[in-house]
Amino acid sequence: MLLHVEDVRVAYGGIEALRGVSFDVDEGEIVTLLGANGAGKTTTLRTISGLLRPRAGTISFDGQRIDTVPAHMMVRLGIGHVPEGRRIFPRMSVRENLMMGAYHRGDDTEADADRVFELFPVLLERQGQDGGTLSGGEQQMLAIGRALMGRPRLLLLDEPSMGLAPMIVTRIFDIIREINQQGTTVLLVEQNAAQALRLATRGYVLETGEVVMSDDASKLLADDRIREAYLGEGAA
Amino acid sequence: MTTLSAVARRARWWNHARVRRIGAYVFAGIVVALVTGPGGSEGHYSNGLRHGLLAPRVIPFIVGGLVVWAAVELGGRQLYRVRPLVTTVVSGSQRRWQSPVVRLVSYGLLLVVAIVYPMHISEFWRVVAANEIAIYVLLAIGLNVVIGFAGLLDLGYIAFFAIGAYATAYFTGRLPIHAPFTLNPFLVIPLAIGLALISGVILGFPTLRLRGDYLAIVTLGFGEIVYEFAKNQQGITTGSAGVFNIPHFSIHLLDINYDWGLPSLPYYYVSLGFIVVVMFLFSRLENSRVGRAWTAIREDEVAAAATGVATLKYKLMAFAIGASTSGLAGVLFASKVGSITPDAFTLQYSILVLVLVIFGGMGSIAGVALGAAVLTWLPELLRTHVNPQNRFIYFGMLIIIMMIFRPQGLLPSRRRAREIRFAEAGLEGADALGPTPGSGLTS
Ligand SMILES: Nc1ncnc2c1ncn2[C@@H]1O[C@H](COP(=O)(O)OP(=O)(O)OP(=O)(O)O)[C@@H](O)[C@H]1O
Ligand SMILES: [Mg+2]
Repeated sequence: MLLHVEDVRVAYGGIEALRGVSFDVDEGEIVTLLGANGAGKTTTLRTISGLLRPRAGTISFDGQRIDTVPAHMMVRLGIGHVPEGRRIFPRMSVRENLMMGAYHRGDDTEADADRVFELFPVLLERQGQDGGTLSGGEQQMLAIGRALMGRPRLLLLDEPSMGLAPMIVTRIFDIIREINQQGTTVLLVEQNAAQALRLATRGYVLETGEVVMSDDASKLLADDRIREAYLGEGAA
Repeated sequence: MTTLSAVARRARWWNHARVRRIGAYVFAGIVVALVTGPGGSEGHYSNGLRHGLLAPRVIPFIVGGLVVWAAVELGGRQLYRVRPLVTTVVSGSQRRWQSPVVRLVSYGLLLVVAIVYPMHISEFWRVVAANEIAIYVLLAIGLNVVIGFAGLLDLGYIAFFAIGAYATAYFTGRLPIHAPFTLNPFLVIPLAIGLALISGVILGFPTLRLRGDYLAIVTLGFGEIVYEFAKNQQGITTGSAGVFNIPHFSIHLLDINYDWGLPSLPYYYVSLGFIVVVMFLFSRLENSRVGRAWTAIREDEVAAAATGVATLKYKLMAFAIGASTSGLAGVLFASKVGSITPDAFTLQYSILVLVLVIFGGMGSIAGVALGAAVLTWLPELLRTHVNPQNRFIYFGMLIIIMMIFRPQGLLPSRRRAREIRFAEAGLEGADALGPTPGSGLTS
């Protein structure tokens, strides 16, 4: 088990956004976390990567408790976070953005940059351009590339398809599969349930801060409740 | 209906941005006429207006404003795009500026001028150089680290200057409470830097965890506390009476005995030395890992933390570096002027230093130094041209004009220039998915 989340509770002020969430991610998997707006998906990822502190519960990564580790140490431990809304550095060039992803390492970053450029050739063309002037799809690629620069073992992706045209979404999902095949474990948060479930090995469904379903991705894809609630199809 | 009339209204000739800018140029012409005119050095400011505005000599200036307007607005798209002449010169030289040799030679020449020129000026201007320009340049360079590099708004910056100044008074035995030992002001420098640094860390540690706006409020409060303390604790600081007879710098080392005494030039050179060292250190910092961390924090703090930047540590570092520079300036000031009163440490001065930084070009060390020097020198120059009491009216006008036509400052940093260009192109708000402030952050 690479990531183990157990009974995690997170609150913003008095409002509890996660009410005892538990799930696992095994090495080499793509696990997807589905849920409607406000279900707590982003909160879950931010808690794993140390940007938020759980009020109760434990999170372990590779057998080690990480729920009190500060956010900036997570990259060192091997957790890369592609945040919701991309959050690239708008006035740094594409290359500078990528280099920030390897900030914790002083050593050679060229090989990592080459790997990112291989996955996203468009970033190579744009490497001198300001991050903020990239298109939405390119920014998403840059955000993923920046996280990859930290050589993560576990990649947390928060709605990479948000606001992108279907063709770009398909391309990004293909690349996520490729990243996974190269050995990175992926935890994917999505509202685009159909595509996420086709990509993932397993899935969890979050509703108002609680896990209400979990199963193999193919089974979830076939489940009536999922089809009705998340795939926009009427119940058969 | 409403949209139609709105369109019609926008189409009226006087609503064209181009036409409206005539006003700005004419206004600028009048200001120049007033500033350079015979002015009202005797008494009421209305004298200045009467002699400057109603005299025929204002006409060529208005015509000049119109000519400049016509040249800029109608002189073809190319000229229009680069707006004021300054921009053309600056952007043209930017490419050459990239070369390290050119930079080194220019800085070397500037340094030579800064060393040689004051030898040939009157004592009045030497006092201005030592008591004001050098001190404000140092203050601005320090605040630039806080606001220009790390993007933190510090509104209590002058409090650290006060700490440096009162530390000098304390350790030279000029306060009602006595230090266990007395020192030459020179030796107070490391102590004052240390004290300002420690106060910066104590103030910064709890507040820098919070988001930017809180820091502004807390530093504002801190500045007030230090000011009120200096003013009201007679038993400790002598209160509003002020401290006098703070000794001058001196060196007694082996055979060397030198006392800085009253003349301004030797003090100016000490300050210049510190300015050069500080500028060098800060530009090294800016281009190091630390500088990259500051840039990332300024751009998007959450993303910075997520890419492995220890945000609290680097924010604290910037804040403390600024505080200690301010403390250093405080020692130089107290020892040079020889007396301090609490009135030198009011909020007004924190804001003034902030203005110097913005005017020079936030984030650019050279720009900030230049801006501080120009803006400190200008009111002294105006003293002989306009009624001295009205100097700051012109000062204010200059800043407003500057912010309209060159919001990025005199010599902006490359990145800040881009920020302004982004904002003008509307790119900042174009991406609704961009960084959203106000999300909780712990680390
Ligand atoms: N900074 C915050 N302060 C207060 N409440 C918050 C904050 N961030 C999120 N919440 C609340 O926590 C709950 C979960 O939010 P979260 O962002 O995790 O949802 P999400 O599943 O990612 O939704 P979406 O799909 O819309 O991104 C919501 O009710 C939200 O209003
Ligand atoms: Mg979300």
